[in-house]
Amino acid sequence: MAVTALFGAKIKRREDPRLITGEAKYLDDLVLPGMVHAAILRSQYAHARITRIDTSRAARVPGVVGVFTGKDFLDVNPLPCAWQVSGAKHNVNTPRVLEVDHVSFTGAGIAVVVAEDRYTAEDALALIDVEYEPLPIAVDAEEATKPGAPQIHENAPSNICMDWSCGDEEATERALRTADVVIRQRLVNQRLIPNPIEPRGAAARYDPGTDEYTLWSTSQAPHVHRLLITAFVLGIPETKMRVISPEVGGAFGSKIYVYPEYPLMCALARRLGRPVKWMETRRENYVATTHGRDHITYVEVGAKRDGTITALKVKTYANLGGTLSTIAPGIPTTLYGRMLSGAYKIPNIFCRVVGVYTNTGMVDAYRGAGRPEATYVVERSVDLVARELKMDPVEIRRKNFVPRDAFPYDPVGILAGLKYDSGDYEKALNKALELIDYGGFRRQQEEARKQGRLMGIGFSSYVEICGVAPSAWIGLGGQGWGAGLWESGNVRMHLTGKVVVTSGSQSHGQGHETTLAQLVAHELGVPIDDVIVQHSDTLGTPFGYGTYGSRSAAVGAVAVYGSTQKIKEKARRLAAHLLEASETDVVFEGGRAYVKGAPEKAKTIQELALAASVAYNLPPGMEPYFDETTYYDPPNCTFPFGTHACIVEVDSETGQAKILRYVAVDDVGRVINPLIVDGQVHGGVAQGIAQALWEGAVYDSNGQLLTGSMMEYAVPKAEFFPWFETDRTVTPSPTNPLGVKGAGETGTIAATAAVVNAVMDALAPLGITHLDMPLTPRKLWQAIHGRKEGAR
Amino acid sequence: MIPAAFDYAVPATVEEALKLLRKNPEAKVMAGGQSLLSLMKLRLATPPLIVDLRRIRDLSYIREDGSRVLIGAMTTHAEIERSPIIRRRFPVLAQAAEAIGDLQVRNMGTIGGSLAHADPAADYPAAFLAMEGAVQVQGPRKARTILAEDFFTGLYTTALNSGEIITEIQIPIPPAVTGSAYRKMKHPASGFAVVGAAAVLRVGPDGREQRLRLAFTGAAAHAIRATAVEMALRGKAITEQAIAEAMQHATDGVEMLEDLFADREYRAQLVRVYGKRAVMAALQ
Repeated sequence: MAVTALFGAKIKRREDPRLITGEAKYLDDLVLPGMVHAAILRSQYAHARITRIDTSRAARVPGVVGVFTGKDFLDVNPLPCAWQVSGAKHNVNTPRVLEVDHVSFTGAGIAVVVAEDRYTAEDALALIDVEYEPLPIAVDAEEATKPGAPQIHENAPSNICMDWSCGDEEATERALRTADVVIRQRLVNQRLIPNPIEPRGAAARYDPGTDEYTLWSTSQAPHVHRLLITAFVLGIPETKMRVISPEVGGAFGSKIYVYPEYPLMCALARRLGRPVKWMETRRENYVATTHGRDHITYVEVGAKRDGTITALKVKTYANLGGTLSTIAPGIPTTLYGRMLSGAYKIPNIFCRVVGVYTNTGMVDAYRGAGRPEATYVVERSVDLVARELKMDPVEIRRKNFVPRDAFPYDPVGILAGLKYDSGDYEKALNKALELIDYGGFRRQQEEARKQGRLMGIGFSSYVEICGVAPSAWIGLGGQGWGAGLWESGNVRMHLTGKVVVTSGSQSHGQGHETTLAQLVAHELGVPIDDVIVQHSDTLGTPFGYGTYGSRSAAVGAVAVYGSTQKIKEKARRLAAHLLEASETDVVFEGGRAYVKGAPEKAKTIQELALAASVAYNLPPGMEPYFDETTYYDPPNCTFPFGTHACIVEVDSETGQAKILRYVAVDDVGRVINPLIVDGQVHGGVAQGIAQALWEGAVYDSNGQLLTGSMMEYAVPKAEFFPWFETDRTVTPSPTNPLGVKGAGETGTIAATAAVVNAVMDALAPLGITHLDMPLTPRKLWQAIHGRKEGAR
Repeated sequence: MIPAAFDYAVPATVEEALKLLRKNPEAKVMAGGQSLLSLMKLRLATPPLIVDLRRIRDLSYIREDGSRVLIGAMTTHAEIERSPIIRRRFPVLAQAAEAIGDLQVRNMGTIGGSLAHADPAADYPAAFLAMEGAVQVQGPRKARTILAEDFFTGLYTTALNSGEIITEIQIPIPPAVTGSAYRKMKHPASGFAVVGAAAVLRVGPDGREQRLRLAFTGAAAHAIRATAVEMALRGKAITEQAIAEAMQHATDGVEMLEDLFADREYRAQLVRVYGKRAVMAALQ
């Protein structure tokens, strides 16, 4: 057979040479004729009324083209919030392109300078005079809901944006009352700052001749950006804008959203008649790009004495920031509360989430988006119960796992109609135990403890929801998502046999150009070098919802796959016609179509593409050309799972936790490219470990970000990590024909709890049961030595 | 991230550089630029003129001169880290250089620039004090030598006068040294020393201390010599126990720094721990 099995092959990423050699073109590389540069003045106050802005001095700086404030854009609508879960509908407060008279977090844009160059724009920025009337400030989500807390938005009493719940409260209360043991714990899932290496940016051009805009933006979802900016913000026909997302240098969720600067650049380009570009600085990125996590959770978990978990009750205060980002309300609800059963059969679950406005930066999806928070709650809870019952943390997991024969599994209704698609949780756990030599470690730990050394092991047996889709579920099923979530994939085969794939998904580091080409080459039986993948431009690609929620394989690739099947079928019919055989007798295999039993007389896919293109001799009724589009809307999400295990040693003199080994066994269904999946796991694990040990955004009581740069905010470096030992089990997803699940976020989802569990195991001899993240050296040292903030 | 406008001069000689500084009292000298450029990008520094020393080639060398090792002020961290002379004579300095930032920073940053900047968390100052080095300084009219112990005067401040340029770092080669070492806790974000300890030690054949020089960076507004610890160990048998006990004096009379990552109490603990580790490592 001509085709080797490309599906599942470790093919090196085709995009890497240009990325590694610096030839890739990012937004900041874009130069347009006549282009001017924008710089944005941002609020220095976390909460204030703006009483006056004087731009006259700035406007007089030579080289300044214009200075504008919010009052100049009153005709531009506030940004939309596209995911309004129940309760968030009536008090949505979103940013305007520039705030007019009220700012609710430091970093909110209040004026813009446009100049011939960025330096001049920054010089002029310093000459804008703003008079603020400072208002009282609320930073902590739980405190902000208490009586007497400062009121941020008039339409949100007690600063509550939404009060959401899922599960059966009464039954859960009852089960807690009758449980043998009940553990209660407050857990803080601290705020994180995504820190893509490329910050955000936008450039816009307006053509007065055609009344059309072109917007280049650092976007994970160009079509969605176009939809929201045209139809909702600017109020112009969607057809009057083209959005291009150039090479994007990482995003981790933070580039899904429409931010004020993007429609602002469009409005400026039109007003000034010149292309305008704005590129975010790192300082701006820290305050003006969305953050992630920031939950305060009260968990109550009930169990029988034998370790059977009988009830889980969760109340979470989710900090949403000063204004709502594009999909903020959906993250701590649909993607968090609905996943609180974890990998376990828990008969009674109730979760209430209070979404809160505070005077802090906007919070939205950040790699994992809700599922890391859910996994942390569940996996910490399981360990706390094990500790209380003096059970092995492995045994309690085994005892409560959803068994292999229980799939599809409905976690007592909290998934609002969806079911875990497939799983074999014990298999992944067993593999992790074997890799990390669990028995051997426990013996080593015993020895270490005798010498006073603090060594521990931690597990995280997670399940997550990804491939986010079912449009009917996410839109209608009580989730409040404001659109569909299918994906598009077009495959065209040219006369010369070359194949062009276009996808509505968008690659910002995931390697679509490799994975999708691999899939198409495998299906059509063409060399991978004959396949190119195009994405990220609304002009050349069919509408699609973009890349986030680990959906590019489980939804996007399946759409592409669908189009290859249509081409194969058409090729088969065409071959039957050319071979003068009956259609039912012709098969297509390995890039060749032939009459069953006579493979030597075959038509190759390239010959058939030529025949379809020249169209000299087609069967009656067949259209020329191989060009097929598929819009794929899956019937379910996918549910990857696995077990991560981590061994740490804590230095009792300094409090430093050192990771000695890290084992990740993931099951992401069938794997298209193992190299790319491993890379995703590595990156995700790094981010997850970083949350456990180092990262954390800190605001002071004035709403000033104390961790506002890479000098204070600990973005991890490669040298911080041990060698990651990755492995897999493969349980195909029955949700889609490829059997794939999604691998973009599993590492981040699993790692945090594994590390914290390991550190708590290390500190167990000292009677320490829980410490909140990040587990910084100082915090651990204080706990070990019984200082303040120490053991609880 | 976008600096204010500035003029830029690249003199070829120290004399030219001094002349430029005399004419422009607000000018800033740039050596490797690894601290200054960051401050300028944040507009925390807005000098009207940068006098870049990078073309002054005869400021970059490492050589032995009888009783001293001489290091040109424009010698980069990477050159110091790799220098056979430094690695043999002063492991403490090679280790401090190795511990700075990342490869790119070490390829650009210079020892003269780092000392002149006097960041309280920089790595060199502790080693500089422990080695009892000195800087050779060229001013508009005369040259002078400043001893390490007199050099650091406060947060980002030194005994340098405006218009003066460090031209050379001089380190006396002490008689028979047992060993020297630098140990630090890296801030996980900045990579700077939360605390760094530099030790230069000589132990007699009887295992007793004959000479110890110990200094810390990151602990206070500027790097400090831990003379109380040195005193406490004088003539003592060098054991881990004895070192740990002596370290109880490490923060005597020191106004400790405090930040988000380490409060005073925890930082004092790090001073004791890293002090002990540096001395132990010097003993190896």
